[in-house]
Amino acid sequence: MSMRRITDAGTLAPHYDLVVVGAGPAGLSAATEAAAAGACVLVADENLEPGGQIYRAVTRNTQGRQDFLGKDYWKGRIITEAFCASSLDYAAAATVWSLDAAAAGEDHATLGLTLGGAARMISARAVILATGAMERPMPAIGWTLPGVMSAGAAQIALKSASGIPGGRIVLAGCGPLLYLLADQLLRAGANISALLDTADKNQRMAALRHLPNFLLSPYVAKGLSLLFSVRRQVRVIPGVTELAITGARRAEGVRFRSGKRQETIAADCVLLHQGIIPGINLASASGCIIEWNDTQRAFQPYTDSHGRTSLAGILSAGDGADIGGAEHAAVSGRIAALAALADIGLLPPSQIATRLEELEKQRQLYRRGRAFLDTLYRPARQFLAPPEPDTMVCRCEEVSAGTLRQVIALGVPGPNQLKTFLRCGMGPCQGRMCASTITEIMANERGVSPAEIGTYRLRAPVKPLRLAELGALPQTPAAVVAVTGRPPEHRSIEEEGKKQ
Amino acid sequence: MLLRIREPAEMVTFSFDGRHVTAARGDTLAAALLAAGVDTFRESVVGGEPRAPYCLMGVCFECLVTIDGIQNRQSCLIEVREGMVVNSQLGARLVTGCADR
Ligand code: FES
Repeated sequence: MSMRRITDAGTLAPHYDLVVVGAGPAGLSAATEAAAAGACVLVADENLEPGGQIYRAVTRNTQGRQDFLGKDYWKGRIITEAFCASSLDYAAAATVWSLDAAAAGEDHATLGLTLGGAARMISARAVILATGAMERPMPAIGWTLPGVMSAGAAQIALKSASGIPGGRIVLAGCGPLLYLLADQLLRAGANISALLDTADKNQRMAALRHLPNFLLSPYVAKGLSLLFSVRRQVRVIPGVTELAITGARRAEGVRFRSGKRQETIAADCVLLHQGIIPGINLASASGCIIEWNDTQRAFQPYTDSHGRTSLAGILSAGDGADIGGAEHAAVSGRIAALAALADIGLLPPSQIATRLEELEKQRQLYRRGRAFLDTLYRPARQFLAPPEPDTMVCRCEEVSAGTLRQVIALGVPGPNQLKTFLRCGMGPCQGRMCASTITEIMANERGVSPAEIGTYRLRAPVKPLRLAELGALPQTPAAVVAVTGRPPEHRSIEEEGKKQ
Repeated sequence: MLLRIREPAEMVTFSFDGRHVTAARGDTLAAALLAAGVDTFRESVVGGEPRAPYCLMGVCFECLVTIDGIQNRQSCLIEVREGMVVNSQLGARLVTGCADR
């Protein structure tokens, strides 16, 4: 047996033991582990191929042709190959738009899913959310101009289309991924004019106490060699503040301050990045308790050491639960799978105890050094809560930092009420691009911790859904009676008319 | 604007705002448009400002286009296909007068 690719909603089984949402390292590892234990598994993923963002297109690329992708990328091959050889269902290009935990007296959660233009409701005894991370939005003047992308976007273009931005590139922001991308782009022959490092120097002292642990981590050697390699080839400007992208209809340059000096560099493409945060929309909309992680400065679903959220039958693994990188994600996926199967009685707890212990050890190893990186690269306040009134915070509804501050000053209690006043967070991205900034600005204005402010409360559908897709849901006779007042075999005259 | 540094193995063609575009099979529509030199995908809903993909991973919704008459599709999540008819979106989604359902 091997993986079965499902491309239309009609082929999905109505019920699975386990549904895994997301096909990055956590989701793929969870699914592989569960399938090996004999569970009936569905993996639903938004992307076209397995691998998530980190191993994007790894099944299609080859080491010979895509030699600009570093050796860590090819580790994704091992994970995707094991997945493809597993006996399970895999739905690519699928959107999971709702998740309801088991109602009282029931033993299955219900997911709303769209595939190939039709929606289906599917039940699962356990669900693992492996929805991964997103980049922490980095609002700055001009960041909505064409030509400005996130660093992650450039990396995706590189992996999935062997594409590099044309013209002069300026990278701005902070964190290890920015340097990793710079290195990959250089290998691919891109023209990088400068890397503007916005890292907050004040964080160095705070990070110091985590240094000994970091020195023991598997990331040290790689991190340092990256840093040196990029610095050798690119003009790196440290201590950058007051960043603004200039241009009328597209990005033309970047203006910034470094120490006492203000400078403008011409650019055709500006890539922004300031770390990654868990993508929590589905977990939040399903009602999982969301908590503030102060070290990572982000909200994440509450999970126990095996990935169980606050809702029975719903687990969360990988960077969507807690940022830890690809290898950590893969291990946490396996742990969550074992826990899920034990919870639904498919694996006796005694049988998994030793395996869990061993996985737990691996996870500790991959966690090592995280606190150092998280603390060192915590973005400076001005990039979390942009001071310039004209900075667009909500890109969809076009709400600026200045407007937000005015309304916050009126005494609005929290982000959900701001939504009602200003429509921020109500556009198509459903707050993904502004939630973190809204919380930061509010916390800053009030002088309290973001934990006290909270974040948007989200509701299904967590992704826009077309009426035609919803209309394709199979209807039970009872539902037809409830809506039309007559059994399905008795059509109204209008319906009969439409049929002809 | 994206430069391809590897020759695509197999090509597909589609149209964007009436012009013929060639892309690599397996590309997302957003990547295909960027590689074809399209730098503005749509105009924003409130201010009519030019916008283009920001995240390429389904988060920002800046890549919305109309595909075969259906509005508001995330081009970074959709595979480009032979013969697709793609149009940019100016301002808000139209509620009537369109083939969308
Ligand atoms: S580019 Fe961000 S959702 Fe498509």
